Amino acid sequence: MQAPVHHIIGLTSIVRERLLPISGTVLVRLGQKVNPSDVVAEANWSREHVLLDVAQLLGVSSNTADRLIKCKVDDRLVASAEIAVGKGLFPRSVSTPREGRVVVVGGGQVLIEVGDSKMELRAGISGTVIEVIPNRGAVIQTAGALIQGVWGNGRIDSGLLVNLAEKPDGVLTAARLDVSMRGSVILGGMVKDAEALKAAADLPVRGLILSSLYPSLIPLAREMRYPILLTDGFGPLVMNSVAYKLLSTNVKRDVTVNAEANDRYSGNRPEVIISLPTSADLPPLHEFETFAPGLQVRMRRPPAMGMIGSIVAVKPGLTTLLSGLRAPAAEVKLENGETVVAPLVNLEVVG
Amino acid sequence: MASSLIDGNSILAVDVGAANTRAVMFDVVEGEYRFVASGVAPSTAEAPFKDVSEGVRNAIVNLQAVLGKTLLDGSRDLITPSQPNGSGVDGLVVTISAGPTIKAVLVGLLKDVSLESARRLAESTYVRIVETIGLNDLRKPEQQIDAILRVRPDLIVITGGTDGGASRSIHKLLEPIGLASFLLPEEKVPAVLFAGNEKITEEIKTLVGSFASALHVSPNVRPSLETEDLEPAQRELANMVVNIRKRQIKGVDVLDVWSGGHVLPTAYATGRMVRFLAKVYSADKGILSVDLGASAAVISAGFKSKFTLNVYPQFGMGDTLAGLLNHTTLEDILRWSSLDISEGVLRDYLHQKSLYPSTIAATKEDLVMAQAVSRQALYLAMQSARRDFPRDAARIKPTLTPLFDPILASGGALNDASHPGQSLLLLLDSIQPVGVTTVILDQNNLLPLLGAAAAQNSLLPVQVIESGAFLSIGTVVVPIVSANYGTPILRATLVYENGAESRVDLKYGSLETLPLSSGETGKLTIQCLRGADVGFGPGRGGTISVSGGALGVVFDGRGRPLNLPADAVRRRELIKKWNWTLGGE
Repeated sequence: MQAPVHHIIGLTSIVRERLLPISGTVLVRLGQKVNPSDVVAEANWSREHVLLDVAQLLGVSSNTADRLIKCKVDDRLVASAEIAVGKGLFPRSVSTPREGRVVVVGGGQVLIEVGDSKMELRAGISGTVIEVIPNRGAVIQTAGALIQGVWGNGRIDSGLLVNLAEKPDGVLTAARLDVSMRGSVILGGMVKDAEALKAAADLPVRGLILSSLYPSLIPLAREMRYPILLTDGFGPLVMNSVAYKLLSTNVKRDVTVNAEANDRYSGNRPEVIISLPTSADLPPLHEFETFAPGLQVRMRRPPAMGMIGSIVAVKPGLTTLLSGLRAPAAEVKLENGETVVAPLVNLEVVG
Repeated sequence: MASSLIDGNSILAVDVGAANTRAVMFDVVEGEYRFVASGVAPSTAEAPFKDVSEGVRNAIVNLQAVLGKTLLDGSRDLITPSQPNGSGVDGLVVTISAGPTIKAVLVGLLKDVSLESARRLAESTYVRIVETIGLNDLRKPEQQIDAILRVRPDLIVITGGTDGGASRSIHKLLEPIGLASFLLPEEKVPAVLFAGNEKITEEIKTLVGSFASALHVSPNVRPSLETEDLEPAQRELANMVVNIRKRQIKGVDVLDVWSGGHVLPTAYATGRMVRFLAKVYSADKGILSVDLGASAAVISAGFKSKFTLNVYPQFGMGDTLAGLLNHTTLEDILRWSSLDISEGVLRDYLHQKSLYPSTIAATKEDLVMAQAVSRQALYLAMQSARRDFPRDAARIKPTLTPLFDPILASGGALNDASHPGQSLLLLLDSIQPVGVTTVILDQNNLLPLLGAAAAQNSLLPVQVIESGAFLSIGTVVVPIVSANYGTPILRATLVYENGAESRVDLKYGSLETLPLSSGETGKLTIQCLRGADVGFGPGRGGTISVSGGALGVVFDGRGRPLNLPADAVRRRELIKKWNWTLGGE
């Protein structure tokens, strides 16, 4: 049976597409070296529109209004700009209520986008541009450590990694955070209360890498302006030993926390990237494996949820589990020496 | 040996679910169609594969191993038609429920008329209604435009106007839709279904055809104020959903080619089968199908006068599971638990399970939580679906579930039970059926596949259903009565085919069973006490033929609606007792 792979790997080749959600201008060129904070592409976009029904305002037909409208698509208009004037001795006129850009003219109406704002897409990682995607963005390649997470709050940033979790089961509290950590990415344990998230925002930090978060804090975590990435999930979960070991041995390095939402269909996942210098040609990552003895796996559900182990044997046919359900299963030797039987669908390969 | 009366075309039916893909072979055995075997593999709509045909091929490979027959060629393409050497199949049908939820905007005139029909239409497939625009909408057109741009719908459903009725109002409503569609990037422009005033169809084609990625027109869902006809529009919507899936997910186009265009949304295919069964088998009672899977909870009901199909992605057991708390409380879920589980542990469970929707319960505590969540999700889905059941459906009490026979149940959540009693108790708790009914478990999720196959071969579904491909859990008797706990409410005698007898005295608040194996029948004489009603009228009894099943005849005297004790300790003890009565631990 094919196994999903969760990447936690010390050195690999990482290729990431960075794309604007809408059409814009690409600011990098092929072969260019970029840093995480470099703007790769930018776009202007607007969340608001104003629809002016010129025909109705002037009391004329749509066709007549179209002839009276003075602006055209893409015109930039200042507030109160006159866009149409009626006929007669005392002609009525139509003006724009706000500054904006004309996007549609026709049918006696004018649609203007207002509240224009600039969207900047940052590289997110240090690396080299290996492909430019016109009007949308670029593909960047780097080499380094990759630690995938299971949940992210949708933000991205980078900074020096500081370890506040002495052990994988550490708890990050507000009291552990001080001004010396401003601008850093914090490796914490689990977060149980809102104060820790708020204190991190007050500093501010450039990111939190946590084992887990209490679900009641999800709305607050989404509001935070800095990235929050969970390596293991929700509730009181210990950080899995592979992620903890890799992260805690990379303190003082520049890390990127891309806490984008987990999207099953696109394959985008929250991740931590630590760019590392290497001259070696690195093999591409395996996106799936076949369950087999010797593979390193992580338990995705109880028993021993979150624990790392290795497959001792894939059992033939169906196995009756402790729950009474029957499913294809494997015998897994956990890192604490215990051996458990787990359904294959509850396992993912780590590597 | 019976000789074949039919042209023996073998049909391969494939269901692409959110978690699993099933390949099922139907073929002629001894002159009649039978369910022969199935192969299952994980679905591959999601990354890293992003191609559903990969999971389909894997499921077919597993089916080949069971059948000992080659279905795929060296390039892993389906061999069709059957070859003289025995390889291949004659036909393929596909159902699909995998894929991200489709976002829909509803446009209609009146809230309680055309918009209500639009809501019912949209709920017949895997759609999440993200915006509604109607005549009573107080927002300015530009605010409506901004709202549409924010939600970026995949689909716009336009209803409104009786045939020959309003047209100007619809034009007015379409302006912001057209402008918003114009502003969306080309690949995000939604498909449009027009199911309103037929007299303005040509104008709509001119108006909407220019901005929609695809315009589909179906007969009016409200030809007159008093009449609603959703069926033709549901068929059109089903086609649109498949087209949207082709755009969203790689591999659907391959399946479309292999099957010669016989791809249907799973819920629609289930509905087609329920409609068919209601026509063929239904007497006064309705037929009910419930499917609780990762993508959605699907409730389909066929009555004499009406057919309903409701798809609730928000009650699915997949990655939207954490969102269940937008519709219910932790306390309401935990009322179904036989173990003392804290609200915090359940909240963590819901969020963690939504990260890994394909995982299953490996421990007893996990299974208890999974079953409690399933109960509440199905209960909520049933409560929502009841709004659309016809008023003239046969009932014992207007406030209770209508009379159904049979009740068909399927989906991972119902099949993931350690014994049939667990599934039955889940159904009794969540659906809360009344009167006398047969409960059937569709363990291989055949119902939608039969619905899809019916288009190719109308004999196949009938013969497969009558061949015993489904697991009968048994006959359930639920008296409606007001009584105190422990009061006798029903006496029943079951006379077996061999003349032997079994008796049961049912007390209010309890569950009882009488053994009657699958394939056996018996005569059940019911005597109702204290005015209890099993569908014959208050206090009236009778003798009926009953068929057996895994649990025989089950008597549910717990009352309707089911009121669980407020005291948590007593409630958990009762749930354990009920579970034990139905064969659990």
